[in-house]
Amino acid sequence: MAALIGQKIGMTRIFDTEGKETPVTVVEAGPCPVVQVRTEDRDGYRAIQLGFGQKKEHRASRAEAGHAAQAGLETTPRVLREFPMGADEDVEAGQEFTVEVFEAGDRVKVTGTSKGRGFQGVVKRHGFAGRPASHGHPMSRTPGSMGPGTDPSRVIKGKKLPGQMGGTRTTVRNLEIVRVDADRNLLFVKGGVPGSRNSYLFIAKT
Amino acid sequence: MADLIQEIEKEQLRDDLPEFAPGDTIRVLYRVREGEKERIQAFEGVCIARRGGGVSETFTVRKISSGIGVERIFPVTSPFVKGVEVVRRGRVRRAKLYYLRGLRGKAARIQEKRTN
Repeated sequence: MAALIGQKIGMTRIFDTEGKETPVTVVEAGPCPVVQVRTEDRDGYRAIQLGFGQKKEHRASRAEAGHAAQAGLETTPRVLREFPMGADEDVEAGQEFTVEVFEAGDRVKVTGTSKGRGFQGVVKRHGFAGRPASHGHPMSRTPGSMGPGTDPSRVIKGKKLPGQMGGTRTTVRNLEIVRVDADRNLLFVKGGVPGSRNSYLFIAKT
Repeated sequence: MADLIQEIEKEQLRDDLPEFAPGDTIRVLYRVREGEKERIQAFEGVCIARRGGGVSETFTVRKISSGIGVERIFPVTSPFVKGVEVVRRGRVRRAKLYYLRGLRGKAARIQEKRTN
């Protein structure tokens, strides 16, 4: 299981020697210490808990600091997150994962919190068409009919309506890792990933 | 953090192209691949715009080819752009010369820049 916690840096593009241009998102990932190992015996499932970043000493609660100290860490990680661990893997708390768990060409899934867009109408939120802009139409971006009438006399569940858009947990799967920069702890992921710059991301091999 | 992006882009930036600005007549040497063979194609015309920054910067070249205006946009960083030669420096007063599209012949000329 290769997994890391990271932070989105931004997007750019990479040209290869043949002139092909690849859009990439730069992610600063790791080094992620293993803070805790969940075992079948004690917890009923197998997983590793990874940490990322540093909390200022006075910001960390005693519980958090103690939790980190148990894994032999000097600083308290800012983000903690569990990733499932395969049956054949053996990882110990205190071990550290770096971007080198991935290599160029790997396929990963990236989870993050998408950018919040506030309360949006159906055109932006669900891609409804709205009415034509010209040829005598009144301007309108309404959702239109709610569905059938007397029968069933209710609105079908799941009807797409206006509401909060974005700011939710979002996963993009099957993204390709284009380049790994071990010196600077950077991953170059092809395409876009959820969230704003500096937001936290969870990256796992698919 | 945006600084880090700039740092990454810096590694890809090229410094082999001469300085040129909108108004200049330039010749772009463009690598063309035909099947297995590769050859260089030149595209000569007036640079009418440069836009974008970093590795994303592009420039637009306009020429009149058999009476028809042709514009091509080249990425500055692309390895397909083998080189750029400045044929003539032009004196213009804006950064985007889109007004040239509406002009033809004598009216579309650009005064040469005087360098002393």
